[in-house]
Amino acid sequence: MLLQRFLIRLLTMLVTLFGVAVVVFVVIRVAPGDPIAMMLPPGATDADIARLRALYGLDKTIVEQFFIWLSGVARGDFGTSISLRQDVLGLVFNRLPATLELAIVALVMAVAIGGTTAILGARERGTAIEAGIDIASGAALSIPDFLWGLVLILLFGVLVPIFDISGRVSPQLDLPFVTQFYFFESLLRLRFDLTWDLLKHMLMPAIALALPLAAIISQLLKQSLKEVLDLDYVVLARVKGFSETQVILREALKNAALPTLTLIGVQFTFLIGGTVIVERLFSYEGLGNMAIDAVINRDLPLIQGIVLVFALLFVLINLAVDMMYALLNPRLRHG
Amino acid sequence: MDEARISRRGWSPRLWLAGGWLLIALLAAIFAPLVAPQDPLAQDLMLERLPPFWLDGAEPGYWLGTDSLGRDLLSRLIFGGRIAFIVAFAAASAACLVGSTLGLIAGYFGGWADRIISRIVDIWMAFPPVLFAILLVAVLGTGLSSVILAIAIIDWTRFCRVIRAEAMGQSRMDYVENARIAGYGRIGIMLREVLPNVVPSIVALLSLEMGIAVIVEAILSFVNLSISTDDPTWGGIIAEGRLSIHQAWWVLVFPLVTLILTVLSFSQFGEALKSRFDPVLR
Repeated sequence: MLLQRFLIRLLTMLVTLFGVAVVVFVVIRVAPGDPIAMMLPPGATDADIARLRALYGLDKTIVEQFFIWLSGVARGDFGTSISLRQDVLGLVFNRLPATLELAIVALVMAVAIGGTTAILGARERGTAIEAGIDIASGAALSIPDFLWGLVLILLFGVLVPIFDISGRVSPQLDLPFVTQFYFFESLLRLRFDLTWDLLKHMLMPAIALALPLAAIISQLLKQSLKEVLDLDYVVLARVKGFSETQVILREALKNAALPTLTLIGVQFTFLIGGTVIVERLFSYEGLGNMAIDAVINRDLPLIQGIVLVFALLFVLINLAVDMMYALLNPRLRHG
Repeated sequence: MDEARISRRGWSPRLWLAGGWLLIALLAAIFAPLVAPQDPLAQDLMLERLPPFWLDGAEPGYWLGTDSLGRDLLSRLIFGGRIAFIVAFAAASAACLVGSTLGLIAGYFGGWADRIISRIVDIWMAFPPVLFAILLVAVLGTGLSSVILAIAIIDWTRFCRVIRAEAMGQSRMDYVENARIAGYGRIGIMLREVLPNVVPSIVALLSLEMGIAVIVEAILSFVNLSISTDDPTWGGIIAEGRLSIHQAWWVLVFPLVTLILTVLSFSQFGEALKSRFDPVLR
């Protein structure tokens, strides 16, 4: 039952990825600008241009180009970046950890903020505290990450300058890292001086990404908790003498969490999508920032590679959420 | 819930504020040449980085100060509103038309139509939307119509997903079955019976989408891919403000406040319309 569900999902996932590849390939090849002309100095001859077009395979038909590219991708060869003259896969893997770190830190913050306010709101239901949380989460939800990023730059970059507003790490620092996961590696190596510097750069973009998701978590979890808190077994726990906070944490939370967990999974893909502009805003050296440069430079192989990696990430997260839901939901588990 | 009950009886204070702001901003944008105190493009290096009116060194007639080229900020915001509202109305309507039509077809007819449309929606959802928008505008070429087209191409899925689910629910209702027994054709039922019942959701989504379109246009202007760099846009002003943030904070603060108020107002409208039309709450 579970295996069958998994295999069907896997198949749909491949169809989706193939569709994404086709759409990107078609979209960027109807673009009017010529990437080859942009690479060469103004005095280049027609023969030079033709030679370079052949080198990048741009002299073939679009269908031929697609299948040449696709067979490369299947072997793990995403081609060579036109603007940076490096292997696309290498470039993407160099930048992906920075984006993943940012997204994961943002997710943890969203769960922490959303979870805390949901529990507080459920405990103080019907009071001014709950009303305040509702208003705050309503505003946090309506204002998108791009605008939160700008608000944070003004507040903590200019008004009270405690954080750095651009880059990923201070350039003068000597980094001993072997992976590109600077933040996680600094924690493992117990180099908390570096952790702090990384955090000073990462905190504002992470909060900007986290706030809208925190609001969604807060609203949904609070709603689920309030529904569960009226059920018999919770009332029983209360009669047994547990405090309201204990009742929520020990009894209500695990039964109210499932819808929120599913939602977090889906919303996490939106959060990752948001990293593109938030990284740009904070000059954070991640995949999204590189993607915007790639579009501006008309770097076709790099754009294709990045979009496909993002799409792969999204479908994998959706697959994981779907499987988690199937495992945790008793009705599906025994069905 | 309580809020919905209030809004059913009349306009809540928040809705009044939202409507008031949108009306003022829209009128200012429409009558920009009459309302704007200065020429939004006029540069004057003698007047560069003037602070807003309540600070020392401000010049009368330049209420919100000037940018690093001496251009009047208030006038630029008013003219920028024109682009913002044109994009909001045009892009949201186009996304709505395409998304609602496909959603209605997928939800009501089901079967192969539903399978194909849902698969396309899946593919679209696997793109990071901002990157998709930037890519499309780069391909279509910068300009107002490209921005509108790009937003419509990306955001039709928002309408499609919701309307598909609603149309699917409606088509299982008894009244649809009755209409079929009464001899109405499938398309007739879809347009005359199902469509009116999903219109409330469409209208609510449309209001939300206008806010989203304003943001996407600002993001595209921010990465310098929206319309020509001469015309003032809210995102373009923000990009300038981000660069001169330590010398002239007002160049970032005022467009940011304008954008936040506009987005909050559109979403307030969307929420209020949703709860007003919601049959469960009604």
